[in-house]
Amino acid sequence: MNEPTRRIVGPFNRVEGDLEISLDINAGRVQAAYVNSPLYRGFEQILQGKEPADALTLVPRICGICSVAQSAAAALALADAAGIEAPANGRLAANLTLAAENMADHLTHFYLFFMPDFARSDYAGRSWHAATAERFRATVGSAANEVLPARTRFMHMMGLLAGKWPHTLAVQPGGSTRPLQGSEVYRLHRILREFRGFLESVTFGARLEEVAALDSRDALSAWQMQGAGDLRRFLAIADDLDLWHLGRGTDRFMSFGCYAEEEGRLLPSGVWHDGAQALDIATIREDISHAWYAAAGEARHPAQGGTVPVAEKDGAYSWCKAPRLDGQVVETGALARQVIAGHPLARDMVARDGGSVAARVVARLLELAIVIPAMERWLAAIVPGEPWCIPAPLADDTTGAGLIEAARGSLGHWLTVRRGRIHSYQIIAPTTWNFSPRDSEGQPGALEQALAGLPASGEGALPPAIHHVVRSFDPCMVCTVH
Amino acid sequence: MKLLWLQSGGCGGCTLSWLGSEHGSLFRTLADEGIELLWHPSLSEVCLDEALTLIEDCATGRQPVDLLCLEGALLRGPQGTGGYHRFGGRQPMIDWVARIAVRARHVIGIGSCAGFGGITAAGINPADACGLQYDGEVGGGLLGPNYRDAHGLPVINVSGCPPHPDWITETLAMLAQGRLTAADLDDYGRPRFFADQLVHHGCPRNEYYEFKASAQKPSDQGCLMENLGCKGTQAHADCNQRLWNGEGSCLRGGYACIRCTEPGFEEPGHPFEQTPKVAGIPIGLPADMPKAWFVALAALSKSATPQRVKENATADHLMRAPSVKKGRK
Repeated sequence: MNEPTRRIVGPFNRVEGDLEISLDINAGRVQAAYVNSPLYRGFEQILQGKEPADALTLVPRICGICSVAQSAAAALALADAAGIEAPANGRLAANLTLAAENMADHLTHFYLFFMPDFARSDYAGRSWHAATAERFRATVGSAANEVLPARTRFMHMMGLLAGKWPHTLAVQPGGSTRPLQGSEVYRLHRILREFRGFLESVTFGARLEEVAALDSRDALSAWQMQGAGDLRRFLAIADDLDLWHLGRGTDRFMSFGCYAEEEGRLLPSGVWHDGAQALDIATIREDISHAWYAAAGEARHPAQGGTVPVAEKDGAYSWCKAPRLDGQVVETGALARQVIAGHPLARDMVARDGGSVAARVVARLLELAIVIPAMERWLAAIVPGEPWCIPAPLADDTTGAGLIEAARGSLGHWLTVRRGRIHSYQIIAPTTWNFSPRDSEGQPGALEQALAGLPASGEGALPPAIHHVVRSFDPCMVCTVH
Repeated sequence: MKLLWLQSGGCGGCTLSWLGSEHGSLFRTLADEGIELLWHPSLSEVCLDEALTLIEDCATGRQPVDLLCLEGALLRGPQGTGGYHRFGGRQPMIDWVARIAVRARHVIGIGSCAGFGGITAAGINPADACGLQYDGEVGGGLLGPNYRDAHGLPVINVSGCPPHPDWITETLAMLAQGRLTAADLDDYGRPRFFADQLVHHGCPRNEYYEFKASAQKPSDQGCLMENLGCKGTQAHADCNQRLWNGEGSCLRGGYACIRCTEPGFEEPGHPFEQTPKVAGIPIGLPADMPKAWFVALAALSKSATPQRVKENATADHLMRAPSVKKGRK
């Protein structure tokens, strides 16, 4: 075998932050990929010594796209430390706020970040290219200009539920700061109905319930032939380019679960690898062997972890740590959530071809069809006049964990309070899992595995397939390192 | 007008806020104002080498830039190298910004990080973050206090965490139309059309404020100034007149204004959601209010508080409605 050619590619864009990837290319294929998250801000250092409740102001500002997810994780960690649980209205408001962000993110990812790659001139010869370019070309396509006003209107939910987005303080450990009165609940209902109408006419060309009921790849293929809408446009492209066999990762999926119901959660926590497995949070370790952090012994659980950046380190190539679950690389995101929740279409997609670019995108849109009706249900369950928020008094020495699902996957916060101040605050974001560098065993992260074997050459334009694989994870690079 | 947007030590939230423009599709609005997006990291098709070439051309002057928008703080660390953000993994972003800023027709700091350092400069400021022309409240930052563009303008700071989408759009439109002059900017380079207002103006809790009928805990309806950390009477922005996401604002959301449009807001010197007091009197007074008068008026208004206002202030729903006049024909 020849020596591979090292090729550095970056900046990737439409990834919410900055990303660079080094590719070792040999005999026309990616032999190895090395993913670099090139921005370090140091939130875990900023948080040390602060009043615990100040996390509610600081951590949403880790990320402008997962802002409420960060708030929710902090609120859960503080609630866990205080040993309290929000009243029903508070829980429903938290669900609605997180779901509004996650659903807007799915929409933004599909229309603004992911689909524009199919408008690239690389595909000029394809039968679908002209129509796709008209519809999805970045900033000028017809879709973006339809979606932005619909997204703005949908985000008016945040004005009512959370004051503003991004970066709200409405999500508190004891519930919500924003009591809703009857007419406000009705205004939210109208916004949701309008958004449902948009999705059903523009994105799906079908009722949400019809999409949510698709129970296999075969059912999806049959459905695909029956109408219009942007999901069907994508499915036609996915079939033509065989995106069902592109970007397979570890096929080990993880979800922390989210959307608390009276009993349990709408989307449960768990692990899936050729079948359901229990999620044991205690087996998480953050490995820093290939990241620019001072080593202090073995990889640690985040509750015992630390963050000491170093300018130079042999073998390091990213500011992203490498989290592992029981020593394993896992993939997290909408596909993982739906597979773990037992959705038959998600299970069938994974059973047939494993995780893929197409499966990840379909799972994301499927989730819109599943969660919007749940939001309608939560809204109807609100009882104005009942309590929204309870106090969350904190002991001077305590610990807490907040585990939640952001749009792009599992988000965890681990808090230790000593003498009334934050002693340690460790965060593992979804893309920390998906875009992690190698660990001390040399195991590449999920994206690094998904890129290996793809066709590529040492020079010239990078094949668009690499763009599809990278963006199929819906990366959020600002969360990744934080 | 050609607009180049770069991001560094921030969260991307300014862009996400901007996408929620209330003037219809943001892309159509920009086109209509004659603003062409040369490149934006979250929105443009062009990436990798093609993007680097374009940005290098902006730095050498081969590609003219009319509006350079920076989102996120400048990261000078570690040890002044700028290594905490190497753009696309290569040259430090502070070098790119410095090179392009001297050639751009106007430089716009989008958000409080780009303006002053912002949240990224909180705590021990691990990344040695600063703004384009300020390091907190102090003139300096990456470009220095004396920086002026070719039209004599300093860095234009559309501050906020995040800024309201329409603060950004309107500032860019004013620049595109040549309508923004030095007189339209306040002492921190913020456009006066939003910075000459206080968040307090239009606050729906005004009756509670008048009578110092204060919220005691989150979800209470009363004024948030006395106990829960609200700085709306000191913060420069039109948040309660323009409204956020249709009909919101921090106060309308039930939580304190943390004066996120101001330099240094990230280190208030007290917990964000608690009001620091001396002898029961809040330390931070409303803008332009003499302390003695504030204390006297607060005492008077507290003693005059109607029972309705007092009861509603510490409840999460209306306990007592305003009375209705009856009996007249």
